[in-house]
Amino acid sequence: MTLWTTVLLASGLAFALKFLGYVVPHRVLDGVVVSRVTAMLPVALLSALVAVQTFTSSGGGLTVDARAAGLAVAVTALLLRAPFLVVVILAAATAATLRDLGWG
Amino acid sequence: MHAPRLADQRRHEVIRQCLSVGVATGAYGISFGALSVAAGLNLWQTIALSALLFSGASQFAVVGIVAAGGAGAAAVATSSLLGMRNGLYGLQMSRLLGVRGLRRVPAAQLTIDESTAVAIAQPEPSAQRLGFWGTGLAVYVLWNLTTILGAVVGNALGDPKRFGLDAAAPAAFCALLWPRLKAGEARAVAAVAAVIAVIVAPHAPAGIPVLVAALAAIVAGLLPPRGTRKRDVLGNPSTPSDDEAPP
Repeated sequence: MTLWTTVLLASGLAFALKFLGYVVPHRVLDGVVVSRVTAMLPVALLSALVAVQTFTSSGGGLTVDARAAGLAVAVTALLLRAPFLVVVILAAATAATLRDLGWG
Repeated sequence: MHAPRLADQRRHEVIRQCLSVGVATGAYGISFGALSVAAGLNLWQTIALSALLFSGASQFAVVGIVAAGGAGAAAVATSSLLGMRNGLYGLQMSRLLGVRGLRRVPAAQLTIDESTAVAIAQPEPSAQRLGFWGTGLAVYVLWNLTTILGAVVGNALGDPKRFGLDAAAPAAFCALLWPRLKAGEARAVAAVAAVIAVIVAPHAPAGIPVLVAALAAIVAGLLPPRGTRKRDVLGNPSTPSDDEAPP
């Protein structure tokens, strides 16, 4: 398989998978069970994203570094009802400062 | 737009969320562009991956496998396995967005972790739509521009980590998750999903842990809600006279 074939085949299949979600008829998804699932999905998705993006290294292993400190500061800010942008900036500033000091 | 208009304050709030997630995620296009060229893909192949495939985990998987000398078929298979979760997101987004006809094409292309996450974190439908399109477009534009930058100048601009951008994205998702954690059941689902994702992460390529955690939410949703009766084999709620019968 040439590189171009790989690139275009992977792209085509990626789009097909995304598009599939939009062409399944809605009534397939109606019902009590499905509405419970769709209520749970965002919580699981967001929580899993936070965990993976905070605690995995680029090699895939688990690690606690400056990102964990950033998340701790973000949670503290949320407990103090800080607005969204403040939460995000504080987390980034915490991680950047710790790395400047040579940790994480 | 048939949805009621958002108040200015809410609209600005959602747009700020779209842009911060867009910047935090988009910056990583530099790493992708640099890595892709280093893996042996040319500039146009690198640009094609960001413009057409447009799903970070799948793109990094493709160039990673190519760099390691892996077969094209393995790269395509891994990329598609990782892309399955976008189909799952599409199922949900198609209901929230109410898109029909050709508008489903751009909607599908922009269906990724970040656009879905910002959209479903909003309580009202008009904010969900703004969150999806705003985040999707912000990430798409920035990701493609930074891909070109990374491919052309390599990592000369510096690692996004130096600016703490790798901590900005999880903080943003945490802030989006926060208002949803009021119910005990939601807190339990969040905790289980985080634990599952962290347990799976060392043993699977990026993107799979989130997919497995999402499947856990589906299992939780399929279980009968606490305090209610199970349905019978035909899916009908059991009648009161069945209540004493053993399962």
